[in-house]
Amino acid sequence: MAQMTMIQAITDALRIELKNDENVLVFGEDVGKNGGVFRATDGLQAEFGEQRVFDTPLAESAINGLAIGLALEGFRPVPEIQFFGFVYETMDSINGQMARMRFRSGNTEHAPITIRSPFGGGVNTPELHADSLEGLIAQQPGVKVVIPSTPYDAKGLLISSIRDNDPVVFLEHMKLYRSFREEVPEGEYTIELGKADVKRKGKDVTIIAYGAMVHSALKAAEQLEKDRINAEVIDLRTVSPIDYETIVESVKKTNRAIVVQEAQRQAGVAANVVAEIQERAILHLEAPVMRVTAPDTIYPFAEAEHLWLPDDKDIIDKVKYVLNY
Amino acid sequence: MKHVLNKVEKKFKMFQILNEEGKVVEKDDMPDLSDEELKELMRRMVYTRILDQRSIALNRQGRLGFYAPTAGQEASQIASHFALEKEDFLLPAYRDVPQLIWHGLPLYQAFLFSRGHFHGNQMPEGVRALSPQIIIGAQYIQAAGVGLGMRLRGKDAVAVTYTGDGGTSQGDFYEGINFAGVYDANCIFIVQNNGFAISVPREMQTKAKTLAQKAVAAGIEGIQVDGMDPLAVYAATKHARERAIKGEGPMLIETITYRYGPHTMAGDDPTRYRTSELDSEWEKKDPIVRFRKFLEEKGLWTLEEENQVIEQAKEDIREAIKKADQYPKQKVTDFIENMFEELPLNLQEQMEEYKAKESK
Repeated sequence: MAQMTMIQAITDALRIELKNDENVLVFGEDVGKNGGVFRATDGLQAEFGEQRVFDTPLAESAINGLAIGLALEGFRPVPEIQFFGFVYETMDSINGQMARMRFRSGNTEHAPITIRSPFGGGVNTPELHADSLEGLIAQQPGVKVVIPSTPYDAKGLLISSIRDNDPVVFLEHMKLYRSFREEVPEGEYTIELGKADVKRKGKDVTIIAYGAMVHSALKAAEQLEKDRINAEVIDLRTVSPIDYETIVESVKKTNRAIVVQEAQRQAGVAANVVAEIQERAILHLEAPVMRVTAPDTIYPFAEAEHLWLPDDKDIIDKVKYVLNY
Repeated sequence: MKHVLNKVEKKFKMFQILNEEGKVVEKDDMPDLSDEELKELMRRMVYTRILDQRSIALNRQGRLGFYAPTAGQEASQIASHFALEKEDFLLPAYRDVPQLIWHGLPLYQAFLFSRGHFHGNQMPEGVRALSPQIIIGAQYIQAAGVGLGMRLRGKDAVAVTYTGDGGTSQGDFYEGINFAGVYDANCIFIVQNNGFAISVPREMQTKAKTLAQKAVAAGIEGIQVDGMDPLAVYAATKHARERAIKGEGPMLIETITYRYGPHTMAGDDPTRYRTSELDSEWEKKDPIVRFRKFLEEKGLWTLEEENQVIEQAKEDIREAIKKADQYPKQKVTDFIENMFEELPLNLQEQMEEYKAKESK
């Protein structure tokens, strides 16, 4: 076991997969010699060579087009999109192409591609770096969307994503890259995609979250405990497909739930979670399922991030609202 | 300084071997093709012309769906494909079904593609190709990846992709050739310039005098070829292939061609934007007419041979459409099955739902 930050756990997962499978290729803007703008691929080119870990020209669309073509030649590409706000340049390659590869070829071709990309607020980035756009990809059949919140989850989920024989978009929250360390086992281990994780057991209310909001939810749960409110915190980990089994099981126990996301209310995946709960567990609900989200504006100018991003106080308020409903 | 553009354009003069009368005008670049190969190329072009005529008729009868006519482009499509090998990977655009057929896609499957049945997209084992790409430009960036993959694997093979004149305006067109250039990827990029993107003439796409010169932006070799001349198209493609597998990088080939028919059979009316004078001017340049003259002159082609090909094509097409008719219809459970290697929770649930529906 070693104490690792999330970024170290990610690098470790990439190293393990580069070593395990000679078809794994890591590429993107500045991921080679530079080791990535966040050092996620630090040292990998030196260890595995320029044929396995390499830089690309500055063009997101072709980075993922390249991934598709390499997959057709039997490689297992792990491209990087430097910031997920730049996904608009490559929406066709993701949603229009790799997501459909297995389907359109009648299962004769497939696209074992893992797109890694940082996102998320709280670190004062310039425009279109922090936007939460997971909702856009979550709406596309054929792609899975994974968002880890801890170093342990990041490593196990990234190894699973790379080994998955269908495309995965793996979103890394920038604020979580180095915000804390955690015990991470050495060597390989996997975490099943599409499975949520109960990060805190509770009986009074279910708080469903993902990404940085998992930590806000845990912080809120601790505060709520002082008021003798016992919250269960579920980390979705995979936001598409949604693990409604784990969620419904929890809601049947607590009878109350809120869904927390950093994305705007009209974006993200919270509405999907709410819909699944009301279709599958409405008779178990004592109150409506409420959402904690950002307001429906464009992502804020850096100076105002703290006013805009949802936080633990918003979560506490919403929990009290559903408890007093 | 005003001559800078002229200097660039001069480098992209049209390459031609056979003129409209079927006379060899460029002996030095004559490709090394045996008599049998020359005849086979002619057979394929005639066959493809018949396939186009029959496909249009079948579409009008409602027995085919989406269809993009190919008549006029036989040299551009068939002669370029003739320069390829089995191990080369084809990334066609929506008009490039003939190349797929000659690469090994059975005719009845091409018809199923037209109708909208997934079996039409299931390449048989060993046929290295994707089904026709509908998103204009996407095949270019994907070809760069296939070509890079071939280089990394050390293969003596190339990725070959096609787009039209309109497609050269897309970002993915530039990104594709630029990426392939950076990696010296094993790629051949073919631009079939038939003068129109639906109704929009080539001059509305770009002020550049040639499309081949766009290769300059990627720092790769480019050539403009008479796309109505099968020998020139073959020679250019063969040359590009040899360069690519030697590791000398990708090449952009512009073929100057024409489509006699509409853009697609989905209601496009070319009389709104094209004159009959223009049509007849291009009919004089017909690739089949000039190649027939060339072969007859060499004593390699007769009317009987041509009629045999025509009858064979018609018979094959009849058989293929029958086979397509008999192929099992698609079910929602087939679609669900083809989404992922392992079905996620939501699709497992929907699978049960549709299995129940389908068993009623």
